[in-house]
Amino acid sequence: MAHDTYPVRASGDTTPAVPNRAVAALVSFFEWFGELGLFCFQAGRAAMTPPYEWRELVRQMDQVGSKSAVLVSVAGAAIGVVLSLETRASLSRFGAESSLPAVIVVSIIRESGPIITGLIVSGRVAAGNGAALGSMKVTDQLDAMEVSGVSPYRYLVAPRILACVLMLPLLTLACDFSGIVMGWVVNTLGDPISFRLFLDTGFKHMRFNDFLPPTFKTMAFGFIIGAVSCFLGMTVQRGTEGVGRAATNAVVLSSLLIILADVVLVRLILVFFP
Amino acid sequence: MDGSEHQSAIVVRQLEKRFGSQTVLNGIDLTIGKGETVAVLGRSGTGKSVLLKLLVGLQKPDSGSIQIHGQEITALPPEELNELRSRIGFLFQEAALYDSLTLEENVAFPLKHHKNHKQAHQARARELLAVVGMEKDLDKMPSQISGGMKKRVGLARALALEPDIVLFDEPTAGLDPITAGEIEELILELQKERQMSSVVVTHDLHGARVVADRLALIHEGNILIEGTFDDLKGSSHPFVTQFLREGV
Repeated sequence: MAHDTYPVRASGDTTPAVPNRAVAALVSFFEWFGELGLFCFQAGRAAMTPPYEWRELVRQMDQVGSKSAVLVSVAGAAIGVVLSLETRASLSRFGAESSLPAVIVVSIIRESGPIITGLIVSGRVAAGNGAALGSMKVTDQLDAMEVSGVSPYRYLVAPRILACVLMLPLLTLACDFSGIVMGWVVNTLGDPISFRLFLDTGFKHMRFNDFLPPTFKTMAFGFIIGAVSCFLGMTVQRGTEGVGRAATNAVVLSSLLIILADVVLVRLILVFFP
Repeated sequence: MDGSEHQSAIVVRQLEKRFGSQTVLNGIDLTIGKGETVAVLGRSGTGKSVLLKLLVGLQKPDSGSIQIHGQEITALPPEELNELRSRIGFLFQEAALYDSLTLEENVAFPLKHHKNHKQAHQARARELLAVVGMEKDLDKMPSQISGGMKKRVGLARALALEPDIVLFDEPTAGLDPITAGEIEELILELQKERQMSSVVVTHDLHGARVVADRLALIHEGNILIEGTFDDLKGSSHPFVTQFLREGV
């Protein structure tokens, strides 16, 4: 292929610009993942070797857990309401309204609850981590910590990632619970049944494999949120503008990776927990 | 290593640091004796702060050697580097106080995380804040105090682990002349009291004359001249004369 078929960058520079740019983009894409991998390795090593930062871990669990619980519950409730309204209309066409509790319970527990929780926490926590660590980076606070002989990986990163990993399943339970309750409330407005009967019908065909793997897969979402947001925060460049960009990118990237991870995890769950 | 280097707190040899294609430090040689204070002068962007970060292992040099108390730090594993860092205090340009902690917690932070200082860290933090005249503001947050006060608290934190070397990055930058004078006095007092070795990075010639035993002027990635203020004054190099003229 002749070189002159490619756009050139400047007069006299006959280097093919597009392929070079594409290669450079590909290289930087793999470099980014390589750096993220190295970052996760360092955070993992800091988390597993003493001294452990228990107090900071508890503080971060409070930040991630109790401060996201209301948000996640409200989102779960909204999902329960929408599912109940939409599904009732569809099921009534086939005269299958009696399956409504099972449809609501199964869809919330298997998929809606975990993914909604992941995305909500990603929006709240990833932005916070990206901005907090980013501003610490640009104001030399991370350097100050390192100079004091305290590893930022041990004190800041490991507790944040662990807190996300540990709290996501609990928040998912809160989301599931409020979704099911509100699903029942809306269902009761059209077809009054007791909450006990709603639960009995809903959980009748549920097995542990329908409940445990989808709930615990959110630990992977938690890892993504913690690792991506801390990585972007700690690698901020270009001052306060960079801090804003890190916060935004932390939300965008962790949400995207959660959705991609969900695709893989759902497939794995179907294979290993049929 | 000769005898004088053995007596030195810091020995830097042929230190080079590049960022991409830009060479910031190009073969720096510098020796700081025990109990001595050296001010590193130079124009903005000549790598003075980079030199400090290299001395404490926050950045890795491209080549050259840095010895702290005879220990080569460029190849130290992280655990040993952390141990060595407990003997070095660092006052950052903007103080770099942790903005989510109170002033007392800021000073106590290094103490709480070092096994030899864990006991009575609160009392020690209060004592240090009293030394820098901030004992009445223990519970304030960094955002509630002025730039000069931040430097004082930063200084208290830098002294928390009782270091024998303290590195000052622009200790008086951005301060009014009176506050800058107070900070300089405080540094002098602490140096007399504690016999610390210090490196003061600054472009404030007046401040450097007050606090330092020796001055070193960085130009084009290297130390152009080193000595007392009078040695610098006696130099006929055009950059030195221009720097002194503008500085004074």
